[in-house]
Amino acid sequence: MTGRGAAGAVRLPSDRWQIWDTALWLVPVAVYFLFPGYLVLGSQVIITALFALSLDIVIGYAGITSLGHAAFFGLGAYTAGLLAAHGWGELLTGLVCAAVVAAVVGYLTSFLVVRGAALTQLMITLGVGLLLLEIANKATPWTGGANGLSDMTVDKLLGVFRFDLEGRTGYIYSLVVAFAAFVLVRRVVSSPFGLSLRAIREGAARMPALGAPVGRRLVAAFTFAAALAGIAGALLTQTAQVVGLEVLGLQRSATVLIMLVLGGTGRLYGAFIGAGLFMLIQDYFARRDPMYWQLWIGCLLVAVVLVGRGGILGIVDALRARWARRRAP
Amino acid sequence: MTAGAAAEPRPVALRTEGLCKRWGVVYVNDRIDLTLPVGARHALIGPNGAGKTTLVNLLTGLYPPTAGRVLLGDTDVTRLAMHERVKRGLVRTFQINTLFPGLTVLESVVLAICERTGVARRWARSVARFDAPIAEAAALLDRLGLGSVAHTVTRNLPYGKQRLLEIALALALRPKVLLLDEPASGIPAGDSTEVFEVIAALPGDVTVLFIEHDMELVFRFAQRVAVLVDGRLLTEGTPAEIAADPRVRDVYLGETASEKLG
Repeated sequence: MTGRGAAGAVRLPSDRWQIWDTALWLVPVAVYFLFPGYLVLGSQVIITALFALSLDIVIGYAGITSLGHAAFFGLGAYTAGLLAAHGWGELLTGLVCAAVVAAVVGYLTSFLVVRGAALTQLMITLGVGLLLLEIANKATPWTGGANGLSDMTVDKLLGVFRFDLEGRTGYIYSLVVAFAAFVLVRRVVSSPFGLSLRAIREGAARMPALGAPVGRRLVAAFTFAAALAGIAGALLTQTAQVVGLEVLGLQRSATVLIMLVLGGTGRLYGAFIGAGLFMLIQDYFARRDPMYWQLWIGCLLVAVVLVGRGGILGIVDALRARWARRRAP
Repeated sequence: MTAGAAAEPRPVALRTEGLCKRWGVVYVNDRIDLTLPVGARHALIGPNGAGKTTLVNLLTGLYPPTAGRVLLGDTDVTRLAMHERVKRGLVRTFQINTLFPGLTVLESVVLAICERTGVARRWARSVARFDAPIAEAAALLDRLGLGSVAHTVTRNLPYGKQRLLEIALALALRPKVLLLDEPASGIPAGDSTEVFEVIAALPGDVTVLFIEHDMELVFRFAQRVAVLVDGRLLTEGTPAEIAADPRVRDVYLGETASEKLG
């Protein structure tokens, strides 16, 4: 009808690695060499970014509202911590165990979460988070309660690299794990499954009319995100060699949400940019202005949300679109 | 026209038995017995509020009936969820666009094809590498005249094209039975013929039931017409029989349409 060329010419945007992907990933590599004094903070940024990435699957792709995502981060953190405290200091199996525990709990709670509307989802995730926090608080013999869990020994990474005080091993370890997770998530969101998640976010009511089992898809996405959050939590425990109740706290759930919104949801890199910017600004203002640093972060967030939808990456997209329009005749 | 009605009975594609839907004390659908033979092109007409959309919603399983059964072929699908009925070939479009605003036209249709073929569960490979669904989607879009807007984001699409995309999504599912709820609503009269020509060109074994207000389109494209009034099936017959039925004229067609059919 339209007289276009062969059907073979029609393509969907591919997930092929672009130059700017490489450029963005070279930033943390450069940090390692340029700012050796910041590697402890750096690995915390990477771990938090990985946590935000897992939240992006829930919020940005599946469209589920969550205010209790720290539950899975904390589960992973305590799983790795308990293993290390009981003599199992091997790192990679620790990560796997943390992912499995978080995934199982994520799978079980997902059935409560995917049913409701946004407000219901918010309340349920919040409730699950608070429940786990209270369990960890009361199970003092296991978790150390409010004192936390610190008496743990972790092996050398791959039996070779010892965790050092400057945080070099921890930084590289976190970066490699986060990168692997990113490659996986990027693949998943570009897959047919990922497309169906975006479609559910865009129009959940239409999906059953396409024959899609919406509930099952959301369960899968929520479980996957929980596993990733568990890995992030385990990374924090293994690199810091201490776990406290704050890994499960509402504060953590809320902060990671703020980071994600700041960076931009549904864009993968938003998690990294949001977490990086937030924590660097936090670090900067906490030194310059220990009293009011949260005020400045609040101002920044309000500014970003007012200027453009979709966080910092949303603003970048809008600028690029404007630039393209201006160049076009 | 009437010869078709007298022909030997064809196998049944979709059938309802005593289908009822009650909201509070009102029966929106009351004991509806409807039979669609395979390959039917039937229209469902009736005044506003007669329960036409409710009937489609019951057939597709958007909500459960108060009583009665829905049979797809020989299978009772009354208790199946909507997505399970779709898998069995019972597909619908919506009166009001319910599309995916942020997806492109091509992505939407590829998704529908992936859902049909079971590919939508796959998570380890980029959807851009699934050549078969993409080629099929491109061919379908060309057929519907949507090829030039394949990469347009749905929310930026003109309304008429959105209606066509709604139909493209349904066709991508390769329906056995296709229920169209006012497929041409909101489209200028000239273009609505285009929509119906697409529907008329469907393979002969696809069964179609469409709701339509434009009587010209109904009489042009329907082999049989069912008339729904106050939740009940008033009558059913060929377009000529319906046009000649005084009851239909009374309750539905009104003065202007009678003149037109005169």
